[in-house]
Amino acid sequence: MAFYVVQFLTGLASAASLFLVASGLSIIFGVTRIVNFAHGAFYMIGAYIAFTLTERLSGAFGFWGGIVLAALAVALIGVIVEMVLLRRIYHAPELFQLLATFGLTLMVEDLVVLIWGPDDLVGRRAPGFKGAIDFFGQNIPSYDLFLIVLGPVVLGILWLLFQRTRWGVLVRAATQDRDMVAALGVNQKWLFTSVFAVGVFLAALGGALQIPRDAVHHAMDLRIIVEVFVVVVIGGLGSIVGAFVAAVLVSELNAFGILIFPKISIILVFLVMAVVLIVRPWGLFGKPEAPARKTPGLTVNPWRPLTSNERLAALAALVIAATLPLFAGNYLLTVGSEIAIFVIFAVSLHFLMSVGGLASFGHAAYFGLGAYGIAFLAKMAGLPMIVCLLLGPLLGCMGAAVFGFFAVQLSGVYFAMLTLAFAQIVWSIAFQWVSVTGGDNGILGVWPPSWAASPSHFYWLALGIAALVTIALRAMVFSPFGYALRATRDSLLRSEAIGIDAKRIQWTAFVIAGTTAGIGGALFAYLKGSVFPDNLGISLSVDALVMVLLGGVETVSGAVIGAIVYKALNIWLVSQTDLSKLVLGGFIMLIVVVFPKGIVGMLEMLAQRRKKASPPGSPLLAKPIESAE
Amino acid sequence: MKLTVEGLNSHYGPAHILFDIGFEVGEGEVVALLGRNGAGKSTTFRSIVGLVAQRTGRIMFEGKDVSAKPTHEIVREGLGYVPEERRIFTDLTVEENLEVGRQPKRPNAPHWTREKLFALFPNLGEMKNRPGGRMSGGEQQMLTIARTLMGNPSLVLLDEPSEGLSPKIVEQMVEAILTMKKEGVSIVVSEQNLHFARLISDRAYIIERGRICFGGTMAELDARPDIRDAHLSL
Repeated sequence: MAFYVVQFLTGLASAASLFLVASGLSIIFGVTRIVNFAHGAFYMIGAYIAFTLTERLSGAFGFWGGIVLAALAVALIGVIVEMVLLRRIYHAPELFQLLATFGLTLMVEDLVVLIWGPDDLVGRRAPGFKGAIDFFGQNIPSYDLFLIVLGPVVLGILWLLFQRTRWGVLVRAATQDRDMVAALGVNQKWLFTSVFAVGVFLAALGGALQIPRDAVHHAMDLRIIVEVFVVVVIGGLGSIVGAFVAAVLVSELNAFGILIFPKISIILVFLVMAVVLIVRPWGLFGKPEAPARKTPGLTVNPWRPLTSNERLAALAALVIAATLPLFAGNYLLTVGSEIAIFVIFAVSLHFLMSVGGLASFGHAAYFGLGAYGIAFLAKMAGLPMIVCLLLGPLLGCMGAAVFGFFAVQLSGVYFAMLTLAFAQIVWSIAFQWVSVTGGDNGILGVWPPSWAASPSHFYWLALGIAALVTIALRAMVFSPFGYALRATRDSLLRSEAIGIDAKRIQWTAFVIAGTTAGIGGALFAYLKGSVFPDNLGISLSVDALVMVLLGGVETVSGAVIGAIVYKALNIWLVSQTDLSKLVLGGFIMLIVVVFPKGIVGMLEMLAQRRKKASPPGSPLLAKPIESAE
Repeated sequence: MKLTVEGLNSHYGPAHILFDIGFEVGEGEVVALLGRNGAGKSTTFRSIVGLVAQRTGRIMFEGKDVSAKPTHEIVREGLGYVPEERRIFTDLTVEENLEVGRQPKRPNAPHWTREKLFALFPNLGEMKNRPGGRMSGGEQQMLTIARTLMGNPSLVLLDEPSEGLSPKIVEQMVEAILTMKKEGVSIVVSEQNLHFARLISDRAYIIERGRICFGGTMAELDARPDIRDAHLSL
């Protein structure tokens, strides 16, 4: 019995940091409507700076002062980030905001390694809380008891701040109607910056308070952000009480999940999240949001099928690509195959995002599931390649069917957070369930049979499948299903009013996109001859998002170009520098801020401008349509 | 002049909404902006306080050009705005709603306190701690006006204050507006209801399809039944 009580208290202690970070994320989202992906990065910097300060400053005062100073310093960094980066993208679509803050996260990950080195750092114990308390023969660290008390105290302070101060009243008012607050003479810029500073302070404090419990390392940002996303999805974005209750719930589920499913404890959290989403899609303490207004200011060119000239041009490009083995060596052909596979992956996400309006932040899950599907079939069942290629993607399809069902219940940022959390869950299963997946060692020796083994043959195979997939998805855009899907994207309510079963259409699109990604993953497994948990990791999901963005979200098939350019650039970059995350993160922020239409989008705009300049034509059709509100 | 609007043009995306709107408001005057639904009354107000991004033209308030300023700075100059859809903060109590509107005292404008506003709108004083979302439409309308007055404006843009209210509340509204005028607040009130406008206004402009097509005293408007019938539905 005593053991369970101690386990329960450990869970409560873990909840404290989780609550601090989640409440910060919630507060920032409430006012600025930005889901700050970089929140985990601020948590991590908080821990690193606190480590350095508590090492340098001595005594109890030095320790606690160091913790608070670290959080303040990170809050200051947050203010700079808000003023330099976020102010430029408050009016951009949610996807861009998530991506920009993710780019920041990538940069921070490389920066902390540059500054503090790649090794785990073990911090000082907290003065006054070094020992443990005996509880019927079980030890409870006294620092855990401190954290258990701290959580409710912070909740109380936040409550007072929001209920009893003018600043709190303004923040709550702005959470509901920003424009009206401005129309009453309140300077929004200042309000946003201060809210961001408070939110970042909470995240950094959460990180700093972890140092006596856990080692500081450069991957702690992603770990916490996924848990925080789960917490705010369960508790309801924007609710501080919800963040507290959900943080306790998730921490307890983790604490006891380890006892029930030692290998895949995260399953329990997932099950609870699934139940909450079915019963209350907006979270336990959240409020149902009005259907999101369409993002204003985005010009959308009416989509049309390719003209016969354009078809010929595309065919010519394909033929030229097919001649690559005639003059290129094996290395280039392998790169070519990889690019073709990423075209499949990018096109599948593009279908979900641009046609369906559903920006998935965990699309790699289905790519990786396809890869693992192949590994199981080829290694364990020993099936031939053709059969494997037909059956392997089915694992991606099934994963998409299960997760997609829950994900499409939500939209916008909730959808993005949920897909990310699902992907992370799949990743942890692949990572933890060593007896089946091989864990970190992956599954090796998945090689194609002799007919497809030579680089040129494999290249042709990959190219051919990539072309088929692209054509099939393009055809689907202009099919009745594609029209229905685009209708749900443009207005969920109106599409339902004309009899479209929107959730079903979106779910179908999710499954199609997941299966297609699985095809890419299946080929990838054969190309590399092995499968690893990284094949379904977050960075691969973000690669896909960047490819789509680079090509142009508003285009029909921009992802093809985006994938080719990005993948080629990426392969080249990794061969040139060790700081690829730093460069990539900067690159992502650059695209979002200066280049939001992507390559194909820019080309289309230029073509349009030329068309407008040349007199006749049809001015009505050539004119971009802009949503009024 | 308290407020002078010259050559105001506004767009929503590609749609041109306002065409060379121009009008004036004198010190302490109540001016009605009359027009049908969709004529451009609300857009005119939103443009003046800078809530419409695409606008050109000159807006002089107390002799200063405010057309290039952001919304909160225009409002802080003493130009209050009461939106049409009320837009009270439903999660906040009556007192908290008023707190959001509070701004420092201004030398050239009447100073409003909570007590003074509760005297002007007695209903509000009885529900200080009620959340805005649990108030009737009339009470919400009073709250939006009171909230804007907390900013001590010297001029208020009132967007359709009588819309959707019961006749009894409309009477209270007339009295409140006349009290505001007596205190020295200049007022521009947009209205579809000529009867309501006549009770409170010194002068009137008629707006139709984004253009001002009449301007004059209420007596001058009454002398032109043709204009009245062509542009206002009675």
